[in-house]
Amino acid sequence: MASVTLQELSKRFDKVTAVNQINLEIPDKEFVVFVGPSGCGKTTTLRMIAGLEETSDGTILIGERVVNDVPPKDRNIAMVFQNYALYPHMDVYKNMAFGLKLRRTPRPEIDRRVREAARILGIEELLDRKPRQLSGGQRQRVAVGRAIVRQPEVFLFDEPLSNLDAKLRVQMRSELIKLHYQLEATMIYVTHDQVEAMTMGDRIVIMNNGEIQQVGAPMEVYDQPINMFVAGFIGSPAMNFFQGKLTAQNSELFVDLGKFTVKLPKSQVNRFGNHVNQRVVFGIRPESISDREETGEHQQERVPAKVNVVEPLGSEVMVELSAGDHTFVGRLDPTTTARPMHEMAVYFDMGRFHLFDAETGVNLTHQ
Amino acid sequence: MKTRTRNFLGQLLTLHIPLVPFILFSLFPFYFMVITSFKADGELYNLKANPFIIQLSPTHPDYSGGPTLEHYQLLLHNTPFLTWLFNSVLVSVLATAISIVIAILAAYSLARLRFRGAPSFGTAVFITYLVPTTLLFLPLAQVVNRLGLADSVWALIVTYPTFLVPFCTWLLLGYFRTIPQEIEECAMVDGCTRFQALIRIVLPVAIPGIVCAVLFAFTISWNEFIYALTFISSTAQKTTTVGVTAELIRGDIFYWGSLMAGAVLGSIPIVLVYVVFMDYYVSGLTQGAIK
Repeated sequence: MASVTLQELSKRFDKVTAVNQINLEIPDKEFVVFVGPSGCGKTTTLRMIAGLEETSDGTILIGERVVNDVPPKDRNIAMVFQNYALYPHMDVYKNMAFGLKLRRTPRPEIDRRVREAARILGIEELLDRKPRQLSGGQRQRVAVGRAIVRQPEVFLFDEPLSNLDAKLRVQMRSELIKLHYQLEATMIYVTHDQVEAMTMGDRIVIMNNGEIQQVGAPMEVYDQPINMFVAGFIGSPAMNFFQGKLTAQNSELFVDLGKFTVKLPKSQVNRFGNHVNQRVVFGIRPESISDREETGEHQQERVPAKVNVVEPLGSEVMVELSAGDHTFVGRLDPTTTARPMHEMAVYFDMGRFHLFDAETGVNLTHQ
Repeated sequence: MKTRTRNFLGQLLTLHIPLVPFILFSLFPFYFMVITSFKADGELYNLKANPFIIQLSPTHPDYSGGPTLEHYQLLLHNTPFLTWLFNSVLVSVLATAISIVIAILAAYSLARLRFRGAPSFGTAVFITYLVPTTLLFLPLAQVVNRLGLADSVWALIVTYPTFLVPFCTWLLLGYFRTIPQEIEECAMVDGCTRFQALIRIVLPVAIPGIVCAVLFAFTISWNEFIYALTFISSTAQKTTTVGVTAELIRGDIFYWGSLMAGAVLGSIPIVLVYVVFMDYYVSGLTQGAIK
């Protein structure tokens, strides 16, 4: 059993609390991604799971075992570092064999495992080369290979793709996903890139300021963000936020955004009833904004706007718009007639909006 | 003019020719040492003779028989020079070995382990190096006597680390800091204890820096004079530096020929050590400079 459980886990450096009472259960074989901005505590959490950092409070369990006082070498884990951390004085074969040699694994077994891992990763021709003779992508594969041969209970990845160029990153991402299917092992992956988080994780753990903001499957976190931080962090381009006030008129709800208002669908009136006359933030993703009225089940709210910038991307067009005092981004169909400095009405898909409490940032839409 | 020739001339003018004065400056002491050691007394003490050459032409007024081995013979037969050489080697090798082991452990702890007072401790180590040996030799002489090591090479083997360890620790500390911490952490995840990670991962990677420290420590031990002079009185226990000056300077008479012969022979071990480790030495010097 290779589940990982974190109970009230905290880490303090002098006066700074880097990780604050994290609670999380990672079942066996799950691929979990910790994502968040720099300094949010995700790497510190990973290092505590690895045993490279002592805990200030709380418990870490691997399987049924409490491992707080267990040294890294006895936790049956393997780690892939951002800078690969290959041993520079050893060739690739010895780098991969090192962990097994320390555990006095018989040489034929070491050879079998190293060659098998090399075959999986396509690095068989590199076995007698030194790390300095390898490219970035090759080094990364060796680092992963070194982890695979150990057959650990848990794999830990600390931003392994950050040092690779964009194209290689995309390639390695899919290779790591395939590796997860092949090895069926628990994998804990730390990144600041929300694209990696969305594409790779069975579940995503979003962290900010040392605390877990939300845990969920990628689409769950995307469609039902728990607060403004998560809503703004996941999804690229980011969700549009409009500061406004919730008003009621004739048993209908409106969000007053200054120079214009947005009417909320009748079905939502009960949900937001208690928040009338409070300051709220109206959120809508760029892809929920269209330049033509869509016929469908959801109400479309027409918003007159002015086009500022048009960015054609080929498959879609990103348009920066302003309405009233608000600036926002829409993702439009390539056939759009949007032109800079011209007026254009856009349509908000009211089946896909979010309403946040302006004080706390909590998402009121999915409570 | 063809480009190849122009480049060659350009390099000659801007690089090779300006280097000549530096080469002359550096090699001149050795040249003079060697010349003097082979020059006969007659020519050596002749104030009118040219000090920079040995006169080879028999018809020249300063001619005194050409190059001679008499100084080397005096050195090797009339003084226990080889014993002194052996003592110097023994002291330098053992003092270096002891100091390097201590310095590696000290530098590693200061570079890697987070404990309270670590930065101040590091500074304190370096400051002890700044206290000059000319200030310490008297109190250390008392310590040496009380330890019963007076008049023995062991007095030196035990006291040299007092200045070798701070210097080597400081050097290795700077060097260890350039080694990325991740490779040790990875080794610890792979199955090493911290000590095993030091031995199997850090030290092999740090070899250029360690070689650099070894060379410095060896050179400093070899050339050391004050402690060797103070703690040792019997001729048979002396090191090269002290033995040569004590036996070949009698009152106000300097046996220059033999003194130079002693200097030439005494330089050979150091030259050999440097030649063997030259590649490592240069890379050790530049390694810390590039982050």
